Amino acid sequence: MTEWSPILGTVNDDDRVFKALADPTRRFLLDRLFQRDGRTLTELESDLDMTRFGVMKHLKVLEEAGLVVTRKEGREKLHFLNPVPIRLVHDRWIDKYTERQVSALADLKHELEGGSA
Amino acid sequence: MSTDTMTATQVYRVYIKATPEKIWDAITKPEWTERYGYSNLADFDLRPGGAYKAYPSDAMRKGGEANGIAIPDVVVDGEVLEVDPPHRLVTTWRMLMDPESTPEGFTRVTFDIAETNGGVCRLTVTHELENAPRLALVVGGGMEDQGAGGGWAWVLSDLKSLLENGAPMNMQDGFKE
Repeated sequence: MTEWSPILGTVNDDDRVFKALADPTRRFLLDRLFQRDGRTLTELESDLDMTRFGVMKHLKVLEEAGLVVTRKEGREKLHFLNPVPIRLVHDRWIDKYTERQVSALADLKHELEGGSA
Repeated sequence: MSTDTMTATQVYRVYIKATPEKIWDAITKPEWTERYGYSNLADFDLRPGGAYKAYPSDAMRKGGEANGIAIPDVVVDGEVLEVDPPHRLVTTWRMLMDPESTPEGFTRVTFDIAETNGGVCRLTVTHELENAPRLALVVGGGMEDQGAGGGWAWVLSDLKSLLENGAPMNMQDGFKE
Protein backbone atom coordinates (compact mmCIF):
# COMPACT_ATOMS: atom_id res chain seq x y z
CA MET A 1 0.00 0.00 0.00
CA THR A 2 2.57 2.55 -1.07
CA GLU A 3 1.02 3.79 -4.29
CA TRP A 4 -1.04 6.66 -3.03
CA SER A 5 -1.05 9.91 -1.05
CA PRO A 6 2.36 10.83 0.31
CA ILE A 7 0.59 12.49 3.24
CA LEU A 8 -1.96 9.87 4.16
CA GLY A 9 -0.28 6.86 2.55
CA THR A 10 -0.49 3.67 4.50
CA VAL A 11 3.23 3.21 4.98
CA ASN A 12 3.47 6.60 6.59
CA ASP A 13 0.49 5.80 8.77
CA ASP A 14 2.25 2.65 9.95
CA ASP A 15 5.43 4.64 10.59
CA ARG A 16 3.49 7.03 12.78
CA VAL A 17 1.88 4.17 14.68
CA PHE A 18 5.21 2.44 15.35
CA LYS A 19 6.84 5.72 16.35
CA ALA A 20 3.96 6.58 18.67
CA LEU A 21 4.15 3.17 20.31
CA ALA A 22 7.91 3.37 20.77
CA ASP A 23 7.59 5.57 23.87
CA PRO A 24 6.71 4.20 27.33
CA THR A 25 4.76 7.31 28.38
CA ARG A 26 2.57 7.07 25.30
CA ARG A 27 2.02 3.36 25.87
CA PHE A 28 1.06 4.20 29.45
CA LEU A 29 -1.48 6.75 28.19
CA LEU A 30 -2.98 4.17 25.82
CA ASP A 31 -3.17 1.65 28.65
CA ARG A 32 -5.02 4.19 30.79
CA LEU A 33 -7.53 4.77 27.98
CA PHE A 34 -7.83 1.04 27.45
CA GLN A 35 -8.80 0.64 31.10
CA ARG A 36 -11.37 3.38 30.78
CA ASP A 37 -12.05 5.43 27.68
CA GLY A 38 -13.07 9.05 27.34
CA ARG A 39 -10.71 10.79 29.76
CA THR A 40 -9.88 14.48 29.98
CA LEU A 41 -6.38 15.91 29.74
CA THR A 42 -6.60 16.86 33.42
CA GLU A 43 -7.27 13.29 34.40
CA LEU A 44 -4.54 11.85 32.20
CA GLU A 45 -2.11 14.44 33.52
CA SER A 46 -2.85 13.46 37.12
CA ASP A 47 -1.68 9.91 36.37
CA LEU A 48 1.77 11.03 35.29
CA ASP A 49 4.69 12.73 36.91
CA MET A 50 4.97 15.16 34.03
CA THR A 51 3.88 18.68 33.17
CA ARG A 52 0.57 19.38 31.42
CA PHE A 53 2.57 20.63 28.44
CA GLY A 54 4.52 17.36 28.28
CA VAL A 55 1.37 15.24 28.40
CA MET A 56 -0.20 17.38 25.67
CA LYS A 57 2.81 16.76 23.44
CA HIS A 58 2.50 13.02 23.87
CA LEU A 59 -1.24 13.12 23.23
CA LYS A 60 -0.60 15.07 20.04
CA VAL A 61 1.74 12.34 18.75
CA LEU A 62 -0.90 9.73 19.58
CA GLU A 63 -3.59 11.77 17.82
CA GLU A 64 -1.44 12.22 14.72
CA ALA A 65 -0.94 8.46 14.60
CA GLY A 66 -4.69 8.05 14.83
CA LEU A 67 -4.36 6.08 18.07
CA VAL A 68 -6.27 8.68 20.06
CA VAL A 69 -9.41 10.44 18.85
CA THR A 70 -10.83 13.40 20.75
CA ARG A 71 -14.46 14.31 21.03
CA LYS A 72 -16.25 17.22 22.67
CA GLU A 73 -18.80 16.27 25.28
CA GLY A 74 -20.39 19.31 26.83
CA ARG A 75 -17.54 21.62 27.75
CA GLU A 76 -15.02 18.84 28.00
CA LYS A 77 -12.64 17.40 25.45
CA LEU A 78 -12.48 13.66 25.95
CA HIS A 79 -9.76 11.35 24.68
CA PHE A 80 -10.66 7.96 23.23
CA LEU A 81 -8.41 5.06 22.32
CA ASN A 82 -8.84 4.23 18.63
CA PRO A 83 -7.66 0.63 18.17
CA VAL A 84 -8.15 0.59 14.38
CA PRO A 85 -4.55 1.59 13.42
CA ILE A 86 -3.18 -1.20 15.62
CA ARG A 87 -5.64 -3.59 14.00
CA LEU A 88 -4.42 -2.46 10.58
CA VAL A 89 -0.80 -3.04 11.60
CA HIS A 90 -1.82 -6.42 12.94
CA ASP A 91 -3.68 -7.37 9.77
CA ARG A 92 -0.89 -6.17 7.46
CA TRP A 93 2.19 -7.24 9.36
CA ILE A 94 1.34 -9.97 11.81
CA ASP A 95 -0.79 -11.82 9.27
CA LYS A 96 1.98 -11.44 6.75
CA TYR A 97 4.18 -13.67 8.90
CA THR A 98 1.46 -16.16 9.68
CA GLU A 99 0.63 -16.73 6.05
CA ARG A 100 0.04 -20.44 6.44
CA GLN A 101 -2.76 -19.77 8.89
CA VAL A 102 -4.26 -17.24 6.52
CA SER A 103 -4.15 -19.61 3.57
CA ALA A 104 -5.73 -22.33 5.71
CA LEU A 105 -8.56 -19.89 6.43
CA ALA A 106 -8.86 -19.04 2.76
CA ASP A 107 -9.19 -22.77 2.04
CA LEU A 108 -11.83 -23.05 4.74
CA LYS A 109 -13.71 -20.10 3.28
CA HIS A 110 -13.51 -21.67 -0.16
CA GLU A 111 -14.88 -24.91 1.20
CA LEU A 112 -17.64 -23.25 3.24
CA GLU A 113 -18.79 -21.22 0.30
CA GLY A 114 -19.02 -24.26 -1.90
CA GLY A 115 -15.97 -23.40 -3.97
CA SER A 116 -17.52 -20.19 -5.22
CA ALA A 117 -15.08 -17.87 -3.49
CA MET B 1 -11.67 6.62 40.66
CA SER B 2 -11.97 10.26 39.67
CA THR B 3 -14.38 13.13 39.36
CA ASP B 4 -14.27 13.02 35.57
CA THR B 5 -17.31 12.20 33.53
CA MET B 6 -17.70 8.48 33.07
CA THR B 7 -18.31 7.52 29.50
CA ALA B 8 -19.31 4.26 27.94
CA THR B 9 -18.75 5.59 24.43
CA GLN B 10 -16.33 3.93 22.03
CA VAL B 11 -14.86 5.80 19.07
CA TYR B 12 -13.29 4.15 16.03
CA ARG B 13 -11.68 6.00 13.14
CA VAL B 14 -10.20 4.81 9.89
CA TYR B 15 -8.96 6.56 6.73
CA ILE B 16 -10.12 4.94 3.51
CA LYS B 17 -9.17 5.80 -0.05
CA ALA B 18 -12.66 5.78 -1.52
CA THR B 19 -15.47 8.23 -2.25
CA PRO B 20 -18.00 9.04 0.48
CA GLU B 21 -20.70 7.45 -1.71
CA LYS B 22 -18.81 4.19 -1.92
CA ILE B 23 -18.26 4.08 1.84
CA TRP B 24 -21.93 4.94 2.40
CA ASP B 25 -22.97 2.06 0.14
CA ALA B 26 -20.58 -0.30 1.91
CA ILE B 27 -22.29 0.53 5.21
CA THR B 28 -25.91 0.58 4.06
CA LYS B 29 -26.27 -1.94 1.21
CA PRO B 30 -26.53 -5.69 1.85
CA GLU B 31 -24.50 -6.68 -1.21
CA TRP B 32 -21.62 -4.75 0.40
CA THR B 33 -22.13 -5.57 4.08
CA GLU B 34 -22.06 -9.25 3.16
CA ARG B 35 -18.47 -8.89 2.03
CA TYR B 36 -16.63 -7.75 5.16
CA GLY B 37 -16.58 -8.04 8.94
CA TYR B 38 -19.38 -10.19 10.29
CA SER B 39 -20.72 -10.50 6.72
CA ASN B 40 -24.34 -9.79 7.60
CA LEU B 41 -26.98 -8.44 5.23
CA ALA B 42 -27.97 -4.89 6.20
CA ASP B 43 -31.57 -3.84 5.67
CA PHE B 44 -32.00 -0.12 6.31
CA ASP B 45 -35.20 1.82 5.77
CA LEU B 46 -33.22 5.01 5.25
CA ARG B 47 -35.48 7.65 6.78
CA PRO B 48 -35.87 8.87 10.37
CA GLY B 49 -38.02 6.35 12.21
CA GLY B 50 -37.24 3.66 9.63
CA ALA B 51 -36.31 0.16 10.73
CA TYR B 52 -32.80 -1.27 10.67
CA LYS B 53 -32.28 -5.00 10.59
CA ALA B 54 -29.22 -7.08 9.83
CA TYR B 55 -29.75 -10.62 8.62
CA PRO B 56 -27.13 -13.35 8.71
CA SER B 57 -25.49 -14.27 5.42
CA ASP B 58 -25.03 -17.91 4.43
CA ALA B 59 -21.35 -17.65 5.33
CA MET B 60 -22.29 -16.40 8.79
CA ARG B 61 -24.78 -19.22 9.36
CA LYS B 62 -22.24 -21.81 8.30
CA GLY B 63 -19.52 -20.20 10.40
CA GLY B 64 -21.88 -20.24 13.37
CA GLU B 65 -22.77 -23.88 12.82
CA ALA B 66 -19.13 -24.87 12.56
CA ASN B 67 -18.46 -23.23 15.92
CA GLY B 68 -21.63 -24.26 17.72
CA ILE B 69 -22.95 -20.68 17.86
CA ALA B 70 -26.69 -20.29 17.34
CA ILE B 71 -27.36 -17.65 14.68
CA PRO B 72 -30.82 -16.00 14.97
CA ASP B 73 -32.86 -14.87 11.93
CA VAL B 74 -32.09 -11.23 12.73
CA VAL B 75 -28.64 -10.53 14.20
CA VAL B 76 -28.93 -6.79 14.88
CA ASP B 77 -31.96 -4.51 14.97
CA GLY B 78 -32.59 -0.84 15.56
CA GLU B 79 -34.23 2.34 14.34
CA VAL B 80 -32.85 4.95 11.97
CA LEU B 81 -32.58 8.31 13.79
CA GLU B 82 -30.70 10.54 11.33
CA VAL B 83 -29.86 10.12 7.65
CA ASP B 84 -27.69 12.47 5.63
CA PRO B 85 -26.24 10.52 2.72
CA PRO B 86 -23.35 10.08 2.15
CA HIS B 87 -22.06 11.71 5.33
CA ARG B 88 -23.97 10.78 8.43
CA LEU B 89 -26.11 7.92 9.66
CA VAL B 90 -27.36 7.52 13.24
CA THR B 91 -29.28 4.47 14.39
CA THR B 92 -30.21 2.69 17.56
CA TRP B 93 -28.50 -0.67 17.69
CA ARG B 94 -29.29 -3.87 19.55
CA MET B 95 -27.29 -7.06 19.24
CA LEU B 96 -29.48 -10.16 18.93
CA MET B 97 -26.69 -12.66 18.34
CA ASP B 98 -25.37 -12.82 21.87
CA PRO B 99 -27.95 -13.83 24.51
CA GLU B 100 -26.02 -11.87 27.14
CA SER B 101 -26.01 -8.61 25.12
CA THR B 102 -29.62 -8.62 23.95
CA PRO B 103 -31.21 -7.82 27.37
CA GLU B 104 -29.00 -4.71 27.60
CA GLY B 105 -31.33 -3.22 24.99
CA PHE B 106 -30.71 -0.50 22.43
CA THR B 107 -27.46 1.41 22.15
CA ARG B 108 -26.66 4.08 19.59
CA VAL B 109 -24.29 4.03 16.62
CA THR B 110 -23.21 7.02 14.52
CA PHE B 111 -21.32 6.80 11.24
CA ASP B 112 -19.60 10.00 10.11
CA ILE B 113 -17.93 10.14 6.72
CA ALA B 114 -15.77 13.20 6.03
CA GLU B 115 -13.69 13.93 2.95
CA THR B 116 -10.02 14.79 3.49
CA ASN B 117 -7.25 15.32 0.95
CA GLY B 118 -6.26 13.11 -1.94
CA GLY B 119 -9.50 11.18 -2.35
CA VAL B 120 -9.26 9.84 1.17
CA CYS B 121 -12.23 9.80 3.53
CA ARG B 122 -12.25 9.70 7.30
CA LEU B 123 -14.84 7.30 8.66
CA THR B 124 -15.65 7.65 12.35
CA VAL B 125 -17.87 5.17 14.13
CA THR B 126 -19.13 6.30 17.53
CA HIS B 127 -20.91 3.67 19.59
CA GLU B 128 -22.68 4.97 22.69
CA LEU B 129 -22.86 2.01 25.06
CA GLU B 130 -24.48 3.32 28.21
CA ASN B 131 -25.69 0.46 30.43
CA ALA B 132 -24.40 -2.12 27.97
CA PRO B 133 -21.14 -3.46 29.44
CA ARG B 134 -21.44 -6.85 27.78
CA LEU B 135 -22.04 -5.37 24.34
CA ALA B 136 -19.15 -2.96 24.97
CA LEU B 137 -16.92 -5.99 25.47
CA VAL B 138 -18.16 -7.67 22.28
CA VAL B 139 -17.92 -4.63 19.97
CA GLY B 140 -14.63 -3.68 21.63
CA GLY B 141 -13.14 -6.96 20.41
CA GLY B 142 -12.82 -8.40 23.92
CA MET B 143 -14.59 -11.63 22.94
CA GLU B 144 -12.54 -12.33 19.83
CA ASP B 145 -10.80 -15.35 21.35
CA GLN B 146 -14.23 -16.82 22.11
CA GLY B 147 -15.14 -16.63 18.43
CA ALA B 148 -17.23 -13.46 18.63
CA GLY B 149 -15.23 -11.56 16.02
CA GLY B 150 -12.98 -8.58 16.59
CA GLY B 151 -15.67 -5.93 16.96
CA TRP B 152 -15.55 -2.54 15.26
CA ALA B 153 -11.75 -2.41 14.85
CA TRP B 154 -11.86 -5.69 12.95
CA VAL B 155 -14.90 -4.64 10.91
CA LEU B 156 -13.33 -1.31 9.90
CA SER B 157 -9.97 -2.88 9.06
CA ASP B 158 -11.77 -5.35 6.83
CA LEU B 159 -13.92 -2.61 5.27
CA LYS B 160 -10.80 -0.59 4.43
CA SER B 161 -9.22 -3.66 2.90
CA LEU B 162 -12.32 -4.40 0.82
CA LEU B 163 -12.69 -0.86 -0.53
CA GLU B 164 -9.00 -0.30 -1.22
CA ASN B 165 -7.97 -3.74 -2.44
CA GLY B 166 -11.27 -5.11 -3.68
CA ALA B 167 -11.14 -8.00 -1.25
CA PRO B 168 -11.61 -8.37 2.49
CA MET B 169 -8.56 -9.58 4.35
CA ASN B 170 -9.97 -11.83 7.02
CA MET B 171 -13.38 -12.97 5.96
CA GLN B 172 -13.52 -15.86 8.38
CA ASP B 173 -11.48 -14.47 11.26
CA GLY B 174 -14.57 -13.90 13.34
CA PHE B 175 -15.14 -17.60 13.55
CA LYS B 176 -11.53 -18.59 13.88
CA GLU B 177 -10.78 -20.90 16.77
